[in-house]
Amino acid sequence: MTEGAPKISIKGFREGLLVTIGDGAPWEAAEQTLLGTIGKRADFFRGARVALDLGSRPLNAAQLGKLRDRLSDLGVTLWAVLSESPKTQDTARTLGLRIELGRPRPGRVVRPIQPHPEGEEALLVRRTLRSGMRVAFDGHVVILGHVHPGAEVVAGGSIIVWGRLRGVAHAGAQGDREAVVCALDLSPTQLRIADLIATAPPDRDKPLPEMAAVREGQVVAEPWVLR
Amino acid sequence: MPGTVVTITSGKGGVGKTTATANIAAALAQQGHKVVCVDADIGLRNLDLILGLENRIVYDLVDVVEGRCRLRQAMIRDKRLPNLFLIPAAQTRDKTAVSPTDMVHVCNELRREFDWILIDSPAGIERGFRNAIAPADQVVVVTNPEVSAVRDADRIIGLIEAEEKGPARLLLNRLNPGMVRNGNMLDADDVLELLAVDLLGVVPEDGAVVVNANRGVPVALDEKSRAGQAFRNIARRLQGEAVPLMPVEEDGSLWRRLGRLFGKGD
Repeated sequence: MTEGAPKISIKGFREGLLVTIGDGAPWEAAEQTLLGTIGKRADFFRGARVALDLGSRPLNAAQLGKLRDRLSDLGVTLWAVLSESPKTQDTARTLGLRIELGRPRPGRVVRPIQPHPEGEEALLVRRTLRSGMRVAFDGHVVILGHVHPGAEVVAGGSIIVWGRLRGVAHAGAQGDREAVVCALDLSPTQLRIADLIATAPPDRDKPLPEMAAVREGQVVAEPWVLR
Repeated sequence: MPGTVVTITSGKGGVGKTTATANIAAALAQQGHKVVCVDADIGLRNLDLILGLENRIVYDLVDVVEGRCRLRQAMIRDKRLPNLFLIPAAQTRDKTAVSPTDMVHVCNELRREFDWILIDSPAGIERGFRNAIAPADQVVVVTNPEVSAVRDADRIIGLIEAEEKGPARLLLNRLNPGMVRNGNMLDADDVLELLAVDLLGVVPEDGAVVVNANRGVPVALDEKSRAGQAFRNIARRLQGEAVPLMPVEEDGSLWRRLGRLFGKGD
């Protein structure tokens, strides 16, 4: 390097590359050196976003504009110019360039989407419960079958009977009033949620899927509607 | 070919197990098979009464199990049917006198000589029931069209499944067509929907059953009795014959019942 050639340092940072051009040499020489450096490592620089630190050099629009075009030819995008010179700052602003780094980009904060809901532990029983049978579990209980009168299901969580519920179901057995009891035919001899006990109203003609839940301190059965 | 052991049980007492055992045995014997029935209701024996053989008892099942006699000595041949035999229970002991293993041993010996071994189970779900189903190849559950009987039947069916002796088949006993028509009694469809098992047969309420029991004659031998006819049909179904259910009502419901017969359950 010849004496008086401007020092050029290149640093990578979060928003791209910061190229610092030392003071001293005239602009034309500095520009030549910069373009030469970039040209020599064209592959490295291609597609790069570059912020230039020009120190105290004053640059006008023609000069800065030409530099931007030359950089663009090399595949480099000039997006910011740092300078202590108010003239350079004005010029940069005129050309739509930023004059400082580190400002957070407005708006777009991209959070990763959480595509997989976490579930809760449940016990699956794939049979009909006959009179005298009992299933007890801390979490939720799903019965693929009927629950005959005289059979019992006790769950810390909710109870789902994919069949006729005609026995006793106790959901939220450890005190959880948010637990529910669902069945394709909800006709239990007795239904309990947490500390509340209810009996089913007399037989309907047509069984329909229902969910029993606590509403305002009472156990209420609602027809299951697909929304 | 070794014999088949069929246990007749119910859970609930008084639904007709002993009557069913005696009559199915009599029908099978009349149809040409060699049959022995074993009364497993130790302490409350009834099978000997229904067959009219009580005053011929010398040895019983407990004597056999405890080694005081040979199996043959405890067998009583029926008065009317030469290939029907009874091994009575003991009246002065209780269910603890016999174990499930004892029952299996006795039945294994009986299989060598008989086509059918019918075991009259006691009511309940305890030792007596366990004794009765231990040797079973097939289990028949007797019930009445009445809520407490059906509830107990469900329990017993569950226990039979748990002992891996299933699937049980249902004998619906004492169906009263008039009460069914008036909506005062469960019908066969109602019971099958509640129990979800295959139907072996339906026996209608019939005064002849009681009359014949008092005389010690199985009603299956009475040509005029509808209950007798039902038991004769059941005996044929046990052998695998597809016998249509007797019409309880004289209307089109016969066809639905045919569907039920072939094990469509509910």
